[in-house]
Amino acid sequence: MIKITEKPIDVHKVIETASARGAGAVNVFIGTVRDQAHNKKVVWLEYEAYESMAVTETRKIIEQAANRWALLGWAVSHRVGTLKPGEVAVAVAVSTKHRKESFEACQFIIDKLKENVPIFKKEVFEDGEEWVSARPTASPALN
Amino acid sequence: MKHTIKTFGIARDIMGGREIVVNATGRTVGDLRQQLLRDYPKLEDLRSLFIAVNLAYVDDEVVLTESDEIALIPPVSGG
Repeated sequence: MIKITEKPIDVHKVIETASARGAGAVNVFIGTVRDQAHNKKVVWLEYEAYESMAVTETRKIIEQAANRWALLGWAVSHRVGTLKPGEVAVAVAVSTKHRKESFEACQFIIDKLKENVPIFKKEVFEDGEEWVSARPTASPALN
Repeated sequence: MKHTIKTFGIARDIMGGREIVVNATGRTVGDLRQQLLRDYPKLEDLRSLFIAVNLAYVDDEVVLTESDEIALIPPVSGG
């Protein structure tokens, strides 16, 4: 399952979708919205996606992961729209036979997603707003 | 050749629309990037600027056709 959604992410659904009967490990990454960035209070974040390409790029990442680790199940869900601090922005879940490969595969998928998938995030502060990582002179990205 | 280019994030703010129609003077992806940087100099300030064709990142040498779906991808920041 690869999902780009405006609705709150159902983490249990993501885990359930990724969980395979033959798996001895289910690994989950949940990315949440922090309440501050660059020592400023974040009021909300706005996420937008080039949805069709985001799905295609995520599928490529899953294929790469499946070539390296024996994935028994997987699911990725990314939220778009306006998100408040504490809300879930992304959930990645994989299941494998043993725990080591589940940790590695899950980290690989979220790392590659952050590098390649065309999703864009704007931080809105009390006194302004900024597209994250857009400019080289800007403060470090919200990672 | 006329291209309609989808824009996202900061690139959309700079270019002022979700879709921009460009009368391309060159043939390749690299030519189009150079033209866009000339027409919208603020794009130079971005950390990276990729052009996606038909939902994939492509090299500068790729030749564009009128039926291609073209998008301008500023630095991504998902997750």
